[in-house]
Amino acid sequence: MITLEVNGRSVVVDVDPGTPLLWVLRENLQLMGTKYGCGAAQCGSCTVHVDGNAVRSCVLPVSAAAGKKVTTIEGLTEPSGAALKQAWIELDVPQCGYCQTGQIMSAAILLRQKRQPSDADIDACMGGNVCRCATYVRIRGAIHRAAALARGGAR
Amino acid sequence: MTLDVSRREFLRVSATAAGGMLIAFRVPAAPATPTPPEPEFAPNAFVRIAADGRVTVIINKAEMGQGICTSLSMVLAEELDADWSRIGFEFAPVDPVYAHPGFGIQMTGGSTSTMGMTEPMRQAGAVARAMLVTAAARRWGVPEADCATAGGAVAHPRSGRRAGYGELAAAAARLPVPDGVPLKPAAQWKLIGRPTPRLDTRAKVEGSAVFSIDVNLPGMLTALVAHPPTFTGRARRIRDAAARAVPGVVDVVDVGSGVAVLAKGFWPAKLGRDRLEVEWDLGEAATLSSEALRQHYRELAGRPGLVAHKAGDVDAALAAGRVLRADYEVPYLAHAPMEPLNCVVDLRADSCEIWAGSQFQTVDHAAAAAAAGLPGAKVKLHTTFLGGGFGRRANPASDYIVEAVKIAKAAKAPVKMIWTRTDDLRAGYYRPMWHSRVAAACDEAGAITGWRHTIVGQSIIAGTPFEPMMIKDGIDSTSVEGAADLAYAIPNVLVDLHTTKVPVPTLWWRSVGHSHTAFVVESFLDEIAAATRQDPLALRRRLLQGKDRLLGVLELAAAKSGWSTPAPAGRARGLAVHPSFNSFVAVVLEVSLERGWPRVHRATLAVDCGRTINPGTVTAQLEGAVGFALSTALYSAITLADGQVEQSNFHDYRMLRLHEMPAVDVHVVPSEAQPTGIGEPGVPPVAPALCNALFRLTGRRIRRLPIRREDLA
Repeated sequence: MITLEVNGRSVVVDVDPGTPLLWVLRENLQLMGTKYGCGAAQCGSCTVHVDGNAVRSCVLPVSAAAGKKVTTIEGLTEPSGAALKQAWIELDVPQCGYCQTGQIMSAAILLRQKRQPSDADIDACMGGNVCRCATYVRIRGAIHRAAALARGGAR
Repeated sequence: MTLDVSRREFLRVSATAAGGMLIAFRVPAAPATPTPPEPEFAPNAFVRIAADGRVTVIINKAEMGQGICTSLSMVLAEELDADWSRIGFEFAPVDPVYAHPGFGIQMTGGSTSTMGMTEPMRQAGAVARAMLVTAAARRWGVPEADCATAGGAVAHPRSGRRAGYGELAAAAARLPVPDGVPLKPAAQWKLIGRPTPRLDTRAKVEGSAVFSIDVNLPGMLTALVAHPPTFTGRARRIRDAAARAVPGVVDVVDVGSGVAVLAKGFWPAKLGRDRLEVEWDLGEAATLSSEALRQHYRELAGRPGLVAHKAGDVDAALAAGRVLRADYEVPYLAHAPMEPLNCVVDLRADSCEIWAGSQFQTVDHAAAAAAAGLPGAKVKLHTTFLGGGFGRRANPASDYIVEAVKIAKAAKAPVKMIWTRTDDLRAGYYRPMWHSRVAAACDEAGAITGWRHTIVGQSIIAGTPFEPMMIKDGIDSTSVEGAADLAYAIPNVLVDLHTTKVPVPTLWWRSVGHSHTAFVVESFLDEIAAATRQDPLALRRRLLQGKDRLLGVLELAAAKSGWSTPAPAGRARGLAVHPSFNSFVAVVLEVSLERGWPRVHRATLAVDCGRTINPGTVTAQLEGAVGFALSTALYSAITLADGQVEQSNFHDYRMLRLHEMPAVDVHVVPSEAQPTGIGEPGVPPVAPALCNALFRLTGRRIRRLPIRREDLA
């Protein structure tokens, strides 16, 4: 039995402790917004937050998240998260959409660290998230837009 | 929903967009969708209006990112005069009524969705609107001509009466479906051509959009499959005791295409598969290697092939002029959608339900029924969102669907089959590897007098049901498209083809034949320009006189990119233009070298894709095409050694990353022509534009993709 806190809720799961967090989220907790893309921390589709850090959940054993706070896209309710979602919608970022929740989870960490990220900050933070549709132009635009929204500078 | 027999009659519409052919669409006799909770007005297969005014558009296409749900909803809503805020959509069940108007099966591909479905969807909306007007006019006892529609309601301005579509739905549902309903003139359009937010964005941002990998059923098992290491392999001997000993593993089954491990979840299935010991018969593919294939193709390129296009006397032209020769090579490519292939199957004794991100519903449905041993009527295929398609989910062999059904047959429980990234990259159905040999003759004035292009590679169509339609006199049109129909005015041209037979499964891949021919044609043209000291733009301009749309995008991209001005210090520009899927795209890339590797700073694109339905979608598709094509030019190759694919994940099948993405400016040529392709046409000109820029920068000509560091030094 492993106890963790997911999206503010304490949950207990009965799985092999080596099971990657990704599959616990998707199969045990039915949180399907976190995606499987590579299984090797190479694409970022499975990005979630563990104790405030961006983590590739496809390679993190659930035992390593025991007792920690896990946030998925479904629980990304902090103001900068809401700003990111709004910006993503304003700019119509997704195409196929599969990688986008992971992109947003990575961007959320960036906005927590930098209120006004530069292009270089975005480059440095987002390099681990692949988008096969190559929506990168809009992802960059949406991060800048979200930063402005979060600073209260709508419009 | 009850339907009277009269409304099941065929409704014929003229689909001018699909080559003027007549298509028929009828009210489906309550197709696979469950009975709605309340009566809805469903005048045809493409729209339903509920009593509360909600409008549901039925999308017969796969949504793989191209924005088609929104575009088709827009054109239907335009004619319906719907309230856009009340529009929703759902994916169509499999039914002949949803067939592609040109290809006759339900499918998404060839960048044809907007072209083929705009007129039928407008017609569907117009019919619904006409019936709602009739219902209102009868209710009020007024002439229909005095009624107007807007914002999802019928109004009678003289009396001030107004009724929402929802209020009228029940009455409209009792009316006969009218024929010959006129469409709105373009001048009255309010939605078509207006930037409109996509209907699927919010769900994709919040994580609630359902891809097939997200479908869960009670009691469902997860299956991972150990595939043979070669494309001709079969399991000879399976030792599964260790696999079965993994807690959670339920069964191990040989389904022919591989050995499946069934378990209660992905992780036990993965652990079980890791512990599976299989001895494989490798078959004839065991000796394949990319290097040997390259040598074989090079040798074939020196011999005459089957003639795909001939004009004038190319041999005489080559004998008389100054001749340039070159060989170009491109590798096998995987589609590598972000959502690896997967499929959910619930197979019962006399029914089968399937959830898949299918681009090929008719084919997949039939293949699933055959694999399940059930009549088609007992098989239901639910199309989910696709986490990328690029052609991979439109496979005439329905490989992953059939595999999943076979596993379900053995499992006796609902099954979600998931391919890992490595499985997905190694499972075949690649863009073929190609070799091109080109020669051109020029006269003293720099005019091109002869052009010869020999193409060597596999047919993606041979052996599929599409063969009669797409292979003529031994020439697979998809092998030579973009080459045999060379746009440039050259008097003597010969394009010939060697179709090879190699046991590597191949398939269409975003932009299909154009993905290799444009690279060759547009690179070699640049070689000719350099050798004859002509500006690449001027040479193209000279050869495209009379090709107004192609010339139009070429001039627009050149002007917007500042082609005539010097590039910033340390950078060079490269140009390419290519027609494909009835659209026209020109690209200028501005490139430098950073630590010996290309850095694309800016991409300027001009497109003529006819009338634009949703401008934001056109821009998005071209932005994405730039990144997709740069991934390919810079990094992508599937290679074989001892018959086995060498790549295994994104570290060796690299994708472009955000920091490598250039700024992209898209310029759309205003047009009132019928809408044409946009999902694919942006891809072909990008690689040659990059290599043309690199030539200007380094003096080195890239003739093989992906680019290698040593080709630049």
